[in-house]
Amino acid sequence: MSQTVIRAEALAKRYRIGKRERYLTFRDVLARALRAPARLLSASSSNHRATNFIWALRDVFFEVKQGEVVGVVGRNGAGKSTLMKILAQITRPTEGTVEIRGRIGSLLEVGTGFHPELTGRENVYLNGAILGMKKAEIESKFDEIVAFSEVEQFLDTPLKHYSSGMQMRLAFSVAAHLEPEILLVDEVLAVGDMAFQKKCLGKMEHVAKTGRTVLFVSHNMAAVTRLCQRGLLIEGGKIIRDSNALEVASQYLNSDLGTSAERCWTDLETAPGDAIARLKAVRVISEGLISDSIDIRKPVTLEMEFYNFKERAELFSAFSFVSDQGMILFVSVDFAEPHWGSKPRPVGLFHSKCTVPGNFFAEGQVRVIAEVSTRHPFYEIHVLEHDAVSFQVIDKGEAGSVRANWGRNLPGVVRPLLQWENKLLDTNS
Amino acid sequence: MPPVVRITPPSRWWVIPASELWNYRELIYFFVWRDIKVRYKQTAVGAAWAVLQPFLTMLVFSLFFGKLAHIPSEGLPYPVFYYCGLLPWMYFAASLQNATNTIVENQRVITKVYFPRLVLPLSATLSGLVDFAVSFMMFIALMVYYGIRPTIAIFCLPLFLLLALLTALGAGLWLSALNAIYRDVRYVLPFLVQFWMFASPVVYPSSLVPARWRWVYGLNPMAGVIEGFRWSLTGGDRPSGLLLFASSLVVLTTLFGGLAFFQRVEATMADVV
Repeated sequence: MSQTVIRAEALAKRYRIGKRERYLTFRDVLARALRAPARLLSASSSNHRATNFIWALRDVFFEVKQGEVVGVVGRNGAGKSTLMKILAQITRPTEGTVEIRGRIGSLLEVGTGFHPELTGRENVYLNGAILGMKKAEIESKFDEIVAFSEVEQFLDTPLKHYSSGMQMRLAFSVAAHLEPEILLVDEVLAVGDMAFQKKCLGKMEHVAKTGRTVLFVSHNMAAVTRLCQRGLLIEGGKIIRDSNALEVASQYLNSDLGTSAERCWTDLETAPGDAIARLKAVRVISEGLISDSIDIRKPVTLEMEFYNFKERAELFSAFSFVSDQGMILFVSVDFAEPHWGSKPRPVGLFHSKCTVPGNFFAEGQVRVIAEVSTRHPFYEIHVLEHDAVSFQVIDKGEAGSVRANWGRNLPGVVRPLLQWENKLLDTNS
Repeated sequence: MPPVVRITPPSRWWVIPASELWNYRELIYFFVWRDIKVRYKQTAVGAAWAVLQPFLTMLVFSLFFGKLAHIPSEGLPYPVFYYCGLLPWMYFAASLQNATNTIVENQRVITKVYFPRLVLPLSATLSGLVDFAVSFMMFIALMVYYGIRPTIAIFCLPLFLLLALLTALGAGLWLSALNAIYRDVRYVLPFLVQFWMFASPVVYPSSLVPARWRWVYGLNPMAGVIEGFRWSLTGGDRPSGLLLFASSLVVLTTLFGGLAFFQRVEATMADVV
């Protein structure tokens, strides 16, 4: 039924590093050209004497079917942008082929080709044409584009007098009205303020729902998991994971931060801690499994294991939850725990767990600080492990969360699902 | 069934992407339109510069090369003689400069969006035609003032203009591709343009060149262009067929060589520019 629209086979792209060589001197090149003019025509081979190459992509195979929305994730420098540039035909691969069926549109940047001296109106036409729209197409969508951008009254003002926010809005609204069969989007959403990013995401969601094929490069895992069904994880120029978006996003988050949903210290000597207490393990558990992508509606359990080396130590364990902006959301301590909370403990291995209810965290990354300290006779920290574990809270936009199917920005550091009650008081007003 | 695009490593062979350029004709139009719109933005006299530049140069040339140096002008009034040479020359020089810089100037677009890169130098040479048309109006006024009637040869003018365009495009392809890799080109260009002008019959008639060297002189295609302009606009001696043949041959060689080289560089242009 749905046919393959992108097929990449053995794709590879090699770059030279230490690029300065080609600036060597113009004279050298002229001399080389005079000695062997044919070599100049095969410019790529004339550079082969430099030996420092880097493979930005290597042995990349994948297929995308029509209507798929694929998130491409990976660290900076993993090869995502190179892949996008090859798909967008901006640069050619060194090896391998890609077959693309259908008109491809690339949004690797918004406002490409904007000219400061031209008016807003003129720039809409210019930018539209550069992005691959036909003149008639731009004309028919012109009013829509302008309405979306909210800059109507400045339409005949040169762009250089626009604020950067206005330029961005105009740029995005042109881009948003591009309707290719295959859309490549790269980091576009990384610019602009939060409200703008949300607007972009909303538009992306709309595009994704119209059955068009979308390849979406982003570092925003919440967006990737919400928009995409499928994910490609690129690492060191290779696709190391091709799976559903949620799994790919969680694998990416683990590899990227070096922390995961589970940390174990097998060597007692190097484990965090001191002569009184030492950490053995910290885990994030959701629905009975160790997991670092948490459905916003589901409770999350944090657990830690630690050794107590001191008889009758009055210890407590605590978890601090930190947002991706570095703000401590809250701290939870086991003072009131019925078995060992606020009581002297014998030597041994202890296990503490704490469950945060569902519909409590906001979407995004949460990092956890694990702490084990003496409470009495005076406060003394034994274990304080920053970034002990981390997890991603994901709202799929389904019923049961605060967001439900609302696609716009929901600010706030937590997002509790509170009780509401509406009443109709009078129908005659 | 939508068309299938195959993206492959750069091949050794090249083709003129005529059908692709045709598909992108609207983009060429928009680039030309942008160049024209932007060219005289924020200037006091605007498009009048298209007339003032050749006109003032013509006055300077008439005074120094004509009245003071007494360079022969084939019986034409100095202003007509010089303006006739400056018309194609200024178009050529501006187009060559625009074409050479176009890849570097559109660097951001090149690294973000695909279109045949050939669109850029092509539209750079086309956009100069508008200035040419404006300064041509001035020439008509000069002709009327000096009472010179054009002959039937004026119908050959478009051919010579085309030759000038192809010369600018051919050289522009080489230089813009080189400029993408070596910014030295930017500093070489002003000298190149200056030398090229003195190697062309702008300030002197090509009859000053000894007859047996005329064919060598014709290796500079602008020699053929400018002689052709003088002849088709003011009559007089028809430029020698040999000179025109040599000029055309050189233009075509430069153009096809330029296309091949440009396409070589085009494959990795976004990586090096």
